[in-house]
Amino acid sequence: MPQKIQMRLASNRVDTSVVINRDIPAIYTPGQIISNQNEFLRGHGTYEENGQLKASVAGVREKVDILISVRPLKSRYHGKVGDVVVGRIIEVQQKRWKVNTNSILDSVLLISSVNLPGGELRRRSAEDEHMMRKYLQEGDLISAEVQSVYSDGSLSLHTRSLKYGKLGQGVLVKVFPSLIKISKTHFHNLSIGVSLILGTNGFIWICPIINNTEENVGGFVQNLEEVVPKSIRATMARIRNCILALAQSKVMLFDSSITYAYEESTKYTLAELLLPEVMADVALSTQQKLILSETE
Amino acid sequence: MSRKKELISNIGLRLDGRRAGELRRIRCKLGVFSEPDGSAYIEQGLTKVLAAVYGPHQVRGGRSKAQHDSAIVNCQFSMAVFSTGERKRRPRGDRKSTEMSIHLHQALVAAIKVELYPWTQIDVYVEVLHADGGIYPACVNAATLALIDAGIPLKEYVCACTASLANDDIPMIDISHQEEVMGGPTLTVAALPMSKKVVLLEMSQRFHVDHLPKVLKTALQGCVDIKNILDVTVSNNVKEIGSSTRWGNMT
Repeated sequence: MPQKIQMRLASNRVDTSVVINRDIPAIYTPGQIISNQNEFLRGHGTYEENGQLKASVAGVREKVDILISVRPLKSRYHGKVGDVVVGRIIEVQQKRWKVNTNSILDSVLLISSVNLPGGELRRRSAEDEHMMRKYLQEGDLISAEVQSVYSDGSLSLHTRSLKYGKLGQGVLVKVFPSLIKISKTHFHNLSIGVSLILGTNGFIWICPIINNTEENVGGFVQNLEEVVPKSIRATMARIRNCILALAQSKVMLFDSSITYAYEESTKYTLAELLLPEVMADVALSTQQKLILSETE
Repeated sequence: MSRKKELISNIGLRLDGRRAGELRRIRCKLGVFSEPDGSAYIEQGLTKVLAAVYGPHQVRGGRSKAQHDSAIVNCQFSMAVFSTGERKRRPRGDRKSTEMSIHLHQALVAAIKVELYPWTQIDVYVEVLHADGGIYPACVNAATLALIDAGIPLKEYVCACTASLANDDIPMIDISHQEEVMGGPTLTVAALPMSKKVVLLEMSQRFHVDHLPKVLKTALQGCVDIKNILDVTVSNNVKEIGSSTRWGNMT
């Protein structure tokens, strides 16, 4: 099969930046002094030395009353209670699953915080513990919500809602967590026939529209027999490429930015969307569209 | 002098046309890869180094190594086969790279606030693409940038620089490969330039102790200069990411 292969010199690299230069806040870099007075509370990303408050990461300052923190623009996921995350099961232990959520420590999903098939009020027996691998095994992807944060920073997840649970057929895209815009809902059914889960931990799940009508399955269904039509698969692939383009140019990811990018991308074929020039073009026009829609 | 060739000519220029206290050109870039949490690329003259940082993440391969009060910093140094004049296979665990990894570890641990991430591990991988003198400093500087890119808290930048003594008298900074080969002792210094703390000091050969203070001072000045260059790159990078995301999620 003849195939066009694109190779280019490093000097022909495409500039993917979509920078808008307006009101840039003060930037702090590690070791830089934030304040000489000690009437401040030291927050994340700062430390105190010789009575001076210094930044320990590169980022912008956030001030809440007298609490000063510096937030890096790129880091691992720091979970907060109530966040929607997408994670991968990496270990099955007694009474718990270990889940990789791109956090600094592995998260846990306790068997007591999942809805087992057969109703919410079912008692968890020793038998359930033996059956754990049947529900979720290593490598499975799940969507979940952060239930609590332990003192060492690791997260405890729960899937006690029909929205959450095991993920079936779809595509996973990983971006860095701060690119995901925090919004009211992270589950989106796009009109083009694709569902999106924008995990706050930077894991994005793209799948065909799910209709959660079956009851009492507790989110453990994974129908791999169901055939996804080619058109839907092409749309999913296009959405994935759009997200990659946006992530490369560091455009915030949320429902409207992704829909705009999808609309902008329709003039290109699926394969073309992976070319750097095209990715930059899609990101740039999305960014412009976003600004336009905000000013209106 | 009876030496075949002088390191500094009588008009005060070095072999590559620099002055004694002049650094080679530094070009650097953050976030060159998408897979690691942080990555950086640095060029110091012709020396080119890539660094990638993974973590902090859960300690893999047995929890026994994990520490309850700090993160483990795991450094790995490697050189590409094509990095030097003669093409040579360099296995990862050889003496030189192990030594480099240990030295790198020493410099980075001094800067990283490891106490913030108990039970975790931070992996730092550096790869030399082109070796032209001052490999260790370039690796330290690249690793610092990669750590900052990964959003890992540092006390401050950790920078390294080399210095040597030319014509048995004049201290000179940032030694190239050519100057290394021509002789003269090389002093490698890794330092925290803002608090003026030295975290690593290494000497390739002996020289008279009377010369040490001025050579050390030159190298430390080099660290400060390098820090200023890196700082510009870092804040430009933050500005770029920030304005692309339009400072989203920021309050």
